[in-house]
Amino acid sequence: MTYRFDFGVLLPFWEQFLRGCGLTILLATCSIVIGLAIGIVTALAKGSLFRSVRLIATSYVELIRNTPFLVQVFFIYFGLPTLGLALKPWSAAILALSVNCGAFAAEVIRGGIDAIPKGQYEAGAALGLKPLQVFRYIVLKPALRIIFPALSGQFVLALLTTSIVSSISAEELTAVAQSLDTMTFRSFEIYIVATALYLAMSLMFATIFKLVNRACFSYLVK
Amino acid sequence: MIRQFGLNEALSILSGIESTVILSFIAFVGGGIFGGIIALLRTSEAAPLQRFAAIYIDFFQGTPLLMQLFLVFYGLPVFGLHLNPWVAVTIGLTLHASAFLGEIWRGGIQAVPRGQTEAARALGLRYRDRMISVVLPQAIRLSIAPTVGFLVQLIKGTSLAAIIGFVELSRSAQIAASTTYKPLIAYGLAAIFYFVLCFPLSRLSAGLERRLVVRT
Repeated sequence: MTYRFDFGVLLPFWEQFLRGCGLTILLATCSIVIGLAIGIVTALAKGSLFRSVRLIATSYVELIRNTPFLVQVFFIYFGLPTLGLALKPWSAAILALSVNCGAFAAEVIRGGIDAIPKGQYEAGAALGLKPLQVFRYIVLKPALRIIFPALSGQFVLALLTTSIVSSISAEELTAVAQSLDTMTFRSFEIYIVATALYLAMSLMFATIFKLVNRACFSYLVK
Repeated sequence: MIRQFGLNEALSILSGIESTVILSFIAFVGGGIFGGIIALLRTSEAAPLQRFAAIYIDFFQGTPLLMQLFLVFYGLPVFGLHLNPWVAVTIGLTLHASAFLGEIWRGGIQAVPRGQTEAARALGLRYRDRMISVVLPQAIRLSIAPTVGFLVQLIKGTSLAAIIGFVELSRSAQIAASTTYKPLIAYGLAAIFYFVLCFPLSRLSAGLERRLVVRT
C-alpha cells in the first residue's frame, strides 16, 4: 500500500488556512478578554464577606474546571435553545470559551492576590493609604508579576481549545480543515498543515508573552 | 420518533462512563510509561536526547488534542494501518498524556536541588543509582499533586473521542440528546457525571499540594 504525499494539492487553499488562523486568534482573543473580566469578578467574589457570594463563585469555578469543554459547548449550543435562547455558532463559541476561561482566570488571579503577604496590606494601611491606594501602589505590580506568566499560558490554552468549537460548526481553523477535507480527501496532509499552523501560532504567542514578561516584570525583588 | 427522557436514557448516558474511565486509565498508564522515558530524556546529560524530548513536549503542548486525535485517526490509515476507533483513540491520548506527564515529571526532577545530584556523584554513584536512590524518590513526591491534577485534564480530554465517533460519556449524551430532543438534560447529566469523576481528584490534588507546601 503506497500513499503519495502531496502537499501541493493544498497550495490553492492557502487563503482559507490563513483565514482560519485569523478567526482562531480572534476567537481566542475575544474569549480571553471577556474571560478575564469574568475571572476578576469571580476572584473578587471568592474573597467576598458574604458566604452565599463565595459559594456561587466557588461552584462556578469548580463546575467549569471539572467538566469537559466539549460538554459545556454542547450544553450552551444545543441546550439553551430549548430554553428559548438560540445562539449562532460563533456567539455560542465565544460564550462557552469566555465562561471556560473565566473559571481558570479566576483561580490564577486569586492565586496572584493571595501570594501577596498580608503584612504588605497592613503596612500600606499603617502608612495611611486608602484601600484603593494600597491596591494600586503595593499589590498590583507584584500580583501582576505572578499572574502574567500563568495568564499567558491560559491564552495559549484558549487558542488550542478553540479547535473544539468546530464541533458546533463555528468557523475557525479546525472547521476550515474539516471542510477542505471533505472537498479534497487529503485528510492527512490537511491535518498536518493545520496542526503545524496551531503549533506556529502557540509558539508565536508564547514567545511574545515571554518577551513582554521580560520587559515588564523582570525587575529585581530585593 | 422522539422518545421521552426517562430512566433508560439516563442509564444509557451513565453507561458511557465505563469507556471514559477505561480510556482515561489506559492513557494514564501508557502515558505514564512513555512520560517517564520522556522526563528522563529531557533531564539526561546528552544534548540530542534533551532536544528530542523538548521538541516532543512542545509539539504535544503546542497543538490541540483534537488535531492530535485527527492525525492518528485519519493519518495512520494512510500508511495502511486500519485501526478501530478504540486503538486510534488510545494511541492518541497516550501520546498526548506522555508529553504532559513527561513535562510534569521533568519539573519534579529538576526541583530536586542540584547539590543532591552532585553529592551523589561525589559519592561515586552512577547515573542509574543516582536517579533511583537519590533523585527520583524526591521527584516523585513533588510530582504527585500535579500528576493527579493532570488526570482530571485527561478525563476531560477523553470527551474529544466523541468527535471521531467513539462512544463514551459525551457521545452517549449526544445520542440521548438527539433521540429524546432534551439536550439540556442530556448534557447536564453528562456534566454531572464528569463532575463526579473529576471533582474528588481535583480536591485530592489540591490537598496533596497543600500538604507538600507545608512540609517543605
